[in-house]
Amino acid sequence: MWLDPANPQLNKNGELHHLLSLEGLPAGVLRQILDTAESFVGVTQREVKKVPLLRGKAVFNLFFEPSTRTRTTFEIAAKRLSADVINLAINVSSQSKGESVLDTVANLAAMQADMFIVRHSASGAPYMIAKHVAPEIHVVNAGDGRHAHPTQGLLDMYTIRHYKGDFTKLRVAIVGDILHSRVARSQIHALTTLGCPEIRVIGPKTLLPSHVDRLGVQVCADMRQGLKDVDVVMMLRLQNERMKGALLPSAQEFYKYYGLTEDKLALAKPDAIVLHPGPMNRGVEIDSSVADGRQSVILPQVTFGIAIRMAVMSLLAGGPR
Amino acid sequence: MPANPLPDAEQLLASLTDRMRPAVGPDTGLVGIHTGGVWLAQRLHKALGIRLPLGTLDVSFYRDDFSRKGLRRNVKSSDIPFDVDGCHVVIVDDVLYTGRTIRAAMNELFDYGRPASIRLATLVDRGGRELPISADFTGADISAGADESIELARDAQDRLSLQLTRN
Repeated sequence: MWLDPANPQLNKNGELHHLLSLEGLPAGVLRQILDTAESFVGVTQREVKKVPLLRGKAVFNLFFEPSTRTRTTFEIAAKRLSADVINLAINVSSQSKGESVLDTVANLAAMQADMFIVRHSASGAPYMIAKHVAPEIHVVNAGDGRHAHPTQGLLDMYTIRHYKGDFTKLRVAIVGDILHSRVARSQIHALTTLGCPEIRVIGPKTLLPSHVDRLGVQVCADMRQGLKDVDVVMMLRLQNERMKGALLPSAQEFYKYYGLTEDKLALAKPDAIVLHPGPMNRGVEIDSSVADGRQSVILPQVTFGIAIRMAVMSLLAGGPR
Repeated sequence: MPANPLPDAEQLLASLTDRMRPAVGPDTGLVGIHTGGVWLAQRLHKALGIRLPLGTLDVSFYRDDFSRKGLRRNVKSSDIPFDVDGCHVVIVDDVLYTGRTIRAAMNELFDYGRPASIRLATLVDRGGRELPISADFTGADISAGADESIELARDAQDRLSLQLTRN
């Protein structure tokens, strides 16, 4: 086996071959991705926002779960690298005819795919695909179940580093539905690896995983207490379907206790920044005055997200087979 | 340790500066290629009294060996802080060898605009071209074997020197 069995994202030289999760990625690899993205930010500000790196490569956006925004950012990133992009919304194609995921992937691989960007509602689906593709094909996890959303975690790290610099002096709060959030998991792994000394997770007890403290974070049920003196506030999207179960009484109730309002944000450091992975539920997890306020870096996150995805794809696709 | 067989980089830079002086003006666009070319371009920019701010290129995203070697670590950002359209540009690099770096640099430059002209200044021309590219201004011609590499180094006092290594 030419991939590292302990961490199948890396080859034997410790270089990235697939991007499946930020868990277990060494700090050096994370920094290499962030540094490379920094160079791509310059490219995206030029008149011609394109470089020829992935010319002739075929990137397949394989979305087994609907997502417009993430798919679009991967598509833009691949196009800015001059790759050919093929978008497939699988839930409306072969899957409804009963074809298995691996059969779908094998068929697309036979069409000379170079890279699969995979989103799936089942945790671990990108791992399974990565295990079965030929060695010259790369897989990027674009969100799998509750497990991981590594490019989102990376763009959050990029945003934090851009505004705050050194991770080793930061106090970071992650607020909302931690239990169902693949974004939160990716953020926690990356922050820990990059040396962030204090990570607080804030949310109602019903939306906190039972052993979240094992990830090395502090747990706060009281948002006002949790936000005190933090440098970074990372909000999570509250998924509407959670409201239907018994996990939450109502959106209004959630907003009252865990919605980010100006007066709650005032408890953080005066220069604290506010992140949100989007799309936002205004008036549920975040107030409009905060989302559009001076501490919000939500739109820069989107811009940096393109550069991060360009960096990931170019680091994966380059080099000898 | 054998004595360094290569000429003194500071002297080469002085003669390169003299050769360029009659051919450039305050509105020449000077663009250094990372990393050695940027060091040279910084010195030339000052010595030649160029008014346009200095441009820098990292050609990593335009290299033709990407599919064989991948991206190297520490890719720097390219920065062209002047309008390339209609500008007379001089690309500055430390060592001219196969010409592939210069090909990549020209391709990247054209993604910023359409220059009126591009010329090439290089401290050392070591021959061995694989593309139809030649320098307009050169410090010195040096012959080196295919197993040797010539690199520019800069010490803490900003003094430049040439290093020869055998691969």
